[in-house]
Amino acid sequence: MPWLFAVLVVGYAMVVGGYAATVVSFALIYAVFVTGLNLFMGFAAQVSFGQNAFAAIGGYLSAVLTATYGWSPLPGMALGIVAAVLAAAIVGYPALRLKGHYLAMGTLAIGLITYEITVEWQSVTQGYMGISGIPPFGIGPYEVTSDRGQLILLSLVVAASLFAAARIRRSRFGRALSAVAGSEEAAVALGIDVARYKLAAFLLSAGFAALAGSLFVHVVGFVSPEVFGLHMVIVTFTMLYVGGIGTVVGPLVGALIVSLLPETFRAFKDYQDLAYGAALILLLIYAPRGLASLFSPRGRS
Amino acid sequence: MSLAVAAKTDASTAPAILAATGLSARYGHIHALHGVDLQIGEGELVAVLGPNGAGKSTLLRAIMGLSANDGEVCFRGDALPRRDPVAVASRGIVLVPEGRGLFSPMSVSDNLELGAYRLGDKAEFKRRRDRVLALFPRLKERLGQVAGSMSGGEQQMLAIGRALMAGPKLLLLDEPSLGLAPRVTEEILETLGLLNREGLAIVLVEQKAPLALELANRVYLLSLGRIVAELDPRDITSHDDLARHYFA
Repeated sequence: MPWLFAVLVVGYAMVVGGYAATVVSFALIYAVFVTGLNLFMGFAAQVSFGQNAFAAIGGYLSAVLTATYGWSPLPGMALGIVAAVLAAAIVGYPALRLKGHYLAMGTLAIGLITYEITVEWQSVTQGYMGISGIPPFGIGPYEVTSDRGQLILLSLVVAASLFAAARIRRSRFGRALSAVAGSEEAAVALGIDVARYKLAAFLLSAGFAALAGSLFVHVVGFVSPEVFGLHMVIVTFTMLYVGGIGTVVGPLVGALIVSLLPETFRAFKDYQDLAYGAALILLLIYAPRGLASLFSPRGRS
Repeated sequence: MSLAVAAKTDASTAPAILAATGLSARYGHIHALHGVDLQIGEGELVAVLGPNGAGKSTLLRAIMGLSANDGEVCFRGDALPRRDPVAVASRGIVLVPEGRGLFSPMSVSDNLELGAYRLGDKAEFKRRRDRVLALFPRLKERLGQVAGSMSGGEQQMLAIGRALMAGPKLLLLDEPSLGLAPRVTEEILETLGLLNREGLAIVLVEQKAPLALELANRVYLLSLGRIVAELDPRDITSHDDLARHYFA
């Protein structure tokens, strides 16, 4: 059911094109980011308010390398992901000793610091002005410029991301993450190296975030600090919880719904925010474990 | 149970599997354990009794390396690393924590599998699993069930079963009877007695003294973070004896 919904939405955007295609494209990019967030927050039950930092690293590196230095998109993207994972390793090693609220605060700081850097380091990021003229994604002479081309590319990336998440979940590593999520102390007392697996989940999550950041700048052709600001944290958290934290398909469903709902409620004009808020509250009451859980027999509670 | 008592080894002559000297632990500035010395013999079942807040759980956590601690813990003659529970577990010391620490949303089967996470050998895995399911037949009926949805007794059986999957040489149990009906508690403790008679060394932390006394080779009484008495359970004939030691 959730899969059918996703296919229908993407198919509709493909046929209609234009504005709908743009909205769905953004939703798919968010789906990649939230899939990464879900590895850390859903599978391993940790908290990070700072994954936007890694999206910013991936996005800005892609932007600077392609727009300023004339690199082609793919190596720029690859370097962005590597840099983000490295940054995640450097901050994650000490930060992941924190737990609960402290981890939340620590990661929030990472996101805020990165935001400040993108604003202040004007010689490279051009501050609030942002970087424009970023080429569309492409390999060699083939560039993805059309709405439909972008939708197809993004759908493939999302499908690959979800496939990876599903594989991770079933793997030995994934089961270790479930143990960490269940009880860190019990896991440690059974000899499961909790610290190592938490860091691994954090790095993977940062990699997905950087991929999403890079995709974003190539699809839009422009980047500014606000793109990866606090708003992104709030939106992606909403997507994760609405779609279904800890499930494989949840991030995609959540990204699509949260992106599309405000568009749907445009008809209500003044009451748009109210309707949006009410819809979220109803969702959390009747599907507290997310929409994806409604369709899995085990998730129904 | 009387037969079991007769079959017990003489504790004082058994070589030590675990020896702690001057073991202290603190939470922030609050000291919960003050220089505890204790010895567990090979194949021994030692009960640690004491009132609420005596430091019983802290003692187990300190042995495991889960809390900030000072002092030395030797396992079969080798000093254990401090604050590295993964390393301690890999030596063969496994803790069944207070409140069981099950992976509640996962199935019984997955919980057992995670107990043997460090084990690569498939045949050994199957052997251990068969053994656990033979010890606790109720788990066999519930392999596919979500762990958190079982009764308290079944959850405790699973917690012990999961620990056994790790192939422990020394099993640390923190109040396995907590919140369980007397009949279930008895069933679980009988199984522990059986494991002990097969040679597994066990440290059993309990508040329900009579049950623990029936099984134990030796008893430590813990009060306010110190060991106040080391007793032979056969010498404790009445509840008054124990109470006297508690408040001595």
